[in-house]
Amino acid sequence: MATEAKMLREANQIATFFHSKPHDEGVAGIAEHLNKFWAPRQRRQFFDMIDAGGEGFDELVIEASATIRRPEPVAS
Amino acid sequence: MKNPMSLIREIDYGTPASTSETLVTLNVDGFEVTVPEGTSIMRASMEAGIEIPKLCATDMVEAFGSCRLCLVEIDGRNGTPSSCTTPVTPGMVVHTQTEKLKKIRRGVMELYISDHPLDCLTCAANGDCELQTQAGVVGLRSVRYNVDANHFTPKVRGESNFRYMEKDESNPYFTYDPSKCIACSRCVRACEEVQGTFALTIEGRGFESRVSAGAHESFIDSDCVSCGACVQACPTATLMEKSVVEIGIPEHSVVTTCAYCGVGCSFKAEMRGDELIRMVPFKDGKANRGHSCVKGRFAYGYASHPDRITKPMVRDSIDQPWREVSWDDAYAFVAERFASIQKTHGIDSIGGITSSRCTNEETYLVQKLVRQGFGNNNVDTCARVCHSPTGYGLGQAYGTSAGTQDFDSVEHTDVIVLIGANPTEAHPVFSSRMKKRLRAGAKLIILDPRQIALVRTPHIEAQFHLPLQPGTNVAVITAMAHVIVTEALYDEQFIRERCDWDEFQEYMEFVTDLRHSPEVVEGLSGVPSETIRGAARLYATGGNGAIYYGLGVTEHSQGSTTVMAIANLAMLTGNIGRPGVGVNPLRGQNNVQGACDMGSFPHELPGYRHISGEDVRNIFEEEWGVTLVKEPGLRIPNMLDAAVEGTFKGIYIEGEDILQSDPDTHHVAAGLAAMECVVVHDLFLNETANYAHVFLPGSTFLEKDGTFTNAERRINRVRKVMAPKNGFADWEVTMGIANAMGLNWTYTHPSEIMDEVARTTPSFAGVSYDHLDEVGSVQWPCNEKAPMGTPIMHLDGFVRGKGRFINTEYVATDERSGPRFPLLLTTGRILSQYNVGAQTRRTANVIWHEEDVLEIHPHDAEQRGINHGDLVSLASRAGETSLRADVTERVAPGVVYTTFHHPDTQVNVITTDFSDWATNCPEYKVTAVQVALATGRSNWQEEYNQQAEQSRRIEHDGELIHGD
Repeated sequence: MATEAKMLREANQIATFFHSKPHDEGVAGIAEHLNKFWAPRQRRQFFDMIDAGGEGFDELVIEASATIRRPEPVAS
Repeated sequence: MKNPMSLIREIDYGTPASTSETLVTLNVDGFEVTVPEGTSIMRASMEAGIEIPKLCATDMVEAFGSCRLCLVEIDGRNGTPSSCTTPVTPGMVVHTQTEKLKKIRRGVMELYISDHPLDCLTCAANGDCELQTQAGVVGLRSVRYNVDANHFTPKVRGESNFRYMEKDESNPYFTYDPSKCIACSRCVRACEEVQGTFALTIEGRGFESRVSAGAHESFIDSDCVSCGACVQACPTATLMEKSVVEIGIPEHSVVTTCAYCGVGCSFKAEMRGDELIRMVPFKDGKANRGHSCVKGRFAYGYASHPDRITKPMVRDSIDQPWREVSWDDAYAFVAERFASIQKTHGIDSIGGITSSRCTNEETYLVQKLVRQGFGNNNVDTCARVCHSPTGYGLGQAYGTSAGTQDFDSVEHTDVIVLIGANPTEAHPVFSSRMKKRLRAGAKLIILDPRQIALVRTPHIEAQFHLPLQPGTNVAVITAMAHVIVTEALYDEQFIRERCDWDEFQEYMEFVTDLRHSPEVVEGLSGVPSETIRGAARLYATGGNGAIYYGLGVTEHSQGSTTVMAIANLAMLTGNIGRPGVGVNPLRGQNNVQGACDMGSFPHELPGYRHISGEDVRNIFEEEWGVTLVKEPGLRIPNMLDAAVEGTFKGIYIEGEDILQSDPDTHHVAAGLAAMECVVVHDLFLNETANYAHVFLPGSTFLEKDGTFTNAERRINRVRKVMAPKNGFADWEVTMGIANAMGLNWTYTHPSEIMDEVARTTPSFAGVSYDHLDEVGSVQWPCNEKAPMGTPIMHLDGFVRGKGRFINTEYVATDERSGPRFPLLLTTGRILSQYNVGAQTRRTANVIWHEEDVLEIHPHDAEQRGINHGDLVSLASRAGETSLRADVTERVAPGVVYTTFHHPDTQVNVITTDFSDWATNCPEYKVTAVQVALATGRSNWQEEYNQQAEQSRRIEHDGELIHGD
């Protein structure tokens, strides 16, 4: 799906940058970045993919996902 | 300054100010006067209040000494030296008015007038002519000379006069009437010294001397860029605005700020009643210092263009024609629709977009409407698509997104590094200031895939041009850092004092690696390694080095990384924290800086404070009486994605045309089409309005009060000079929506909005309209610590404490040329047009740029059988359009280039959804494309025009009319 491909690309693009940092700093950097700039809707889609196995995500992204805030479920 | 009932007459001191700090005291006509060393007698006298007669002197250009009217007598010296070319000396005793001087001046004036028509009463300069004034000043009462040999009568004794030249009316905005020329050369010098174009010259000698554009060409065919400096310099009616010729001279003026590019020039809007006669650059404007370009000076005609929509309109669906309604009905329509959407689809289903074309106050209100009224943070601005990486990158490295200098700083620069910016086209007035410094000896390094004008232009040649492949900025800039580090050219003392030393060690290790060497990077970027080395050495060792950059840096997958690489370079070489150096983002639009400052990003409140901060939220919660959401909202691309997915249904767009300006038009159109209530607030039925349900007419910068903040963080006043044609200023319209939603806003003037900003935002704490009226302008931060503002940032240390070196690994963009799309498209601007062209296309500026064309290298053109002027198709994986080819060596083989000013070609059909990793700023500057001969316009163009035409129908008194 287009959304998933885009999600993978954007998350991995961020990870690519943080690969040039020391490992722990890189993981923390990715988490901070997503927490700061990604709206709950985007993080919700992100976690849907992570929870489904996270296939295609950069290893740093998977590691960082532990400290990325899970958005509250949709109130509808 | 604020008195609207009089014409502002700025004092002309005759010669430019001296910057010397040594003072000299002299005596002029019995009065002591003290001035800086190097000041002319003419200027010193003027400062003492004594005006010496003059014609060829004006303080916008250096003294010339040709008219011989400004002669004076000096005790102890022989003869009558010209006061404009004679510098003051200590104790000098000057007499400006003696019997001898009176006689000489009258004689000089008599000669001038003997070759000048005496049609003062019907002359366009009547009442505004220095020749007329000086004739009066010297008491000229008669002319004794035979006028057979003259330049102003078409016939002499029945025979045609070979000296007579016809008026040149080729420029759309001003006329050149050679018969009124006194050959003072002020226009020629203004073109050289102020504008730096060298389009004008004096041809012939003695009595045959004539002002000539180029080699006796018409103005329009010459190199003239229509900046207006010559018109301003002309003391007579020789060079005259056509508007003055047609209407007459103005009677009052108001100082305001140009609404085009990020330079933010100050102008006097010169009026007759509520009719704008002309815009004249204001000498006290600290951004432009009395200079202008063709857009700000002349291209304001869109304000009174018949395409302006002045009545609010609504429709239930976009296939219907527009229906004109009252303002209250329009507001109610918006409020009801938005409420019902939120009820059905949730709080997050609507949002707003503000624009860099809006004032600070308007932008502040849009984000307030979203946060307070919509109850979410779904607000974004067009800075998303231009300088968002600057905010992120500089924030990471230095602790603030602020550009580090003022424009005046360039006067102290020794080495200018220009990266991905084309100031002669996009920031023309600043480019003139830059060129002046370059002519005075500063060195120039250019990183740009194209051979932009500054690479080689009259009296300027770049020491190094690095014509890199689009997409390789990080590789090349990091290679420059490699050279500086490995050759030990870095400023160790600066780094030890100002930066994090441990991080620097880490960075040294990173950057020293062979993969960052110019020799390796040559293979990626196509830039010869020796050129990279030479450029790095010059920047590191050439004295004050200043980096100026534009969208060629930010609009890439690695935009933010490039900004960090630039920040590294400046720290490595200690080029931060004093005049003449720094990192200077050249912002595209008039108020990009301000739009960002005012909290229009979805993750931060005004003053760049993250929405997750409780203390900051508290300030606004108290001010607005609501609880704010602490999670970041949707950015423009997220809004469009969500719309396509069906979860985002309504949007309020003020002053933006996202359908034309944002990448991947098909995706933008699909997003807009999926929404239930699109509200467009603009001057014209722009492209986005084709998908709108509500149209709220906007007002121009001439019709409202407010402030713009330019690229140097300077907050300038925008002042109303005429009533809004649509009835309301834009801040009132946003307030109308807010109040229909029950928010009870009570602003009566934009100054109250600025007061609210000052109350809530520490970097603006000292800003108020009263303060701005008093001091003209200030650069933020402006608060108790810096009441007059902050021209230069990071003076004694970085805002964040220690400057941070950040590793900048080059990553090739996914957007690569391949067999299907073998060329790389990059995009940019042209001088006469502005952004999506909605304004400039509705002025006579179209004479310079009627359509967007595709620049292609002769080699690539020949391979495809393309000749200059052929219609070609331009295709990427995103879409296809067609336009005319311009076969030129300005672009390298493999690279093609175009502009995005016309909706008809609409290059963003071609650009893709790739974007900067940190900010989603689109990768406008690299798209893999194919070019081929076209048989006609693309299907998309045909369909689009049809849809646009349908969509622009307006029901008016039972009839359908077309609003264009």
